[in-house]
Amino acid sequence: MTKKRLVMFRAAVRLSVSGVRSLTRSRPQYAAPLAARCYSHGKQETDEEFDARWVSYFSKPDIDAWELRKGMNTLIGYDLVPEPKILEAALRACRRLNDLGSAIRILEAVKDKAGPHKEIYPYLIQELRPTLNELGISTPEELGIDKA
Amino acid sequence: MTFSILIPYPTIPCLTHFRPVALPLVVAVNGRRKEVREERKINSMLATRALRLLGSRALPASVCVRGGHGVAKVEDYALPAYFDRRENPLPDIRFVANLSPEQKSLKEKEKGPWASLSNDEKIALYRISFNQSFAEMNKGTQEWKSVVAGMLFFIGVTGFVVLWQRKFVYGDVPHTLSAEYKEQELQRMLDMRINPVEGFSAHWDYENKQWKK
Repeated sequence: MTKKRLVMFRAAVRLSVSGVRSLTRSRPQYAAPLAARCYSHGKQETDEEFDARWVSYFSKPDIDAWELRKGMNTLIGYDLVPEPKILEAALRACRRLNDLGSAIRILEAVKDKAGPHKEIYPYLIQELRPTLNELGISTPEELGIDKA
Repeated sequence: MTFSILIPYPTIPCLTHFRPVALPLVVAVNGRRKEVREERKINSMLATRALRLLGSRALPASVCVRGGHGVAKVEDYALPAYFDRRENPLPDIRFVANLSPEQKSLKEKEKGPWASLSNDEKIALYRISFNQSFAEMNKGTQEWKSVVAGMLFFIGVTGFVVLWQRKFVYGDVPHTLSAEYKEQELQRMLDMRINPVEGFSAHWDYENKQWKK
């Protein structure tokens, strides 16, 4: 999606620009109707689209260590606790990269991310339990590093 | 003219800077402009120092010392650093850079199924990559107690200083603050009927010469 086409279209029609940030292949262009409520220009990304984008990011078969770190650090920077399916994709990426330490670190990070909402982390572990068992990842609690 | 190429970060962990090559220089010589190619000399000492600094990281030597060109000296602070922070869970580098033989063999074992690792081995792998766990980094110190103690101590010292000053430094108060003078002031205010409606004199009972109950 080049800048020139953007300029051309903007005069006539609103464009979705949420694909610009995408780390996978670019979104096809289409004309979106003006939203009833205009928060900012362009369409708001739904939760499902957000999740799908991140799952596909971590699911890249030849993901490298830098991309895993970058993705994880960015994800933790957001004001949310990632969905179990995103974390599952991230843990599988750790497995492809043969990095158990990072997998445990990811679990610690999401527990920290939940903050005072203590019920989120047990839910995440419950949802991730099949993946944890399959890949042989121990939780920080099982290893005893959740206590200082 | 050759271009400086930025070597992508993920593949060459040592380099965040350019591969320095030829820089064209324009030199005026005897009124005639003459293009001179100036090449940077190898400083082999710098290159080996750079290699030593980076320790056991895999360095393709062909990139760093090639064709008569050296590498700019790599400063410690310019290299990716390790730090434990909540908002950056996966730092740029592992905590332990130089692995001992046991750690190396453990890293090999990590390539296999993780279920075959014991808990101690998993913890060892974690500690290779990271210094403090989240619990340890969030723990906080007992420093605040020393801070409060210091505060209270110095407030106490200040109190002593103030008391000493009152006794030994300050002279007498003015005579206008003596009890007799104050009584005379009060009588004068009542005689002048200060604030007779709602304020001062309104509370004085002039018939019975006392404060109103």
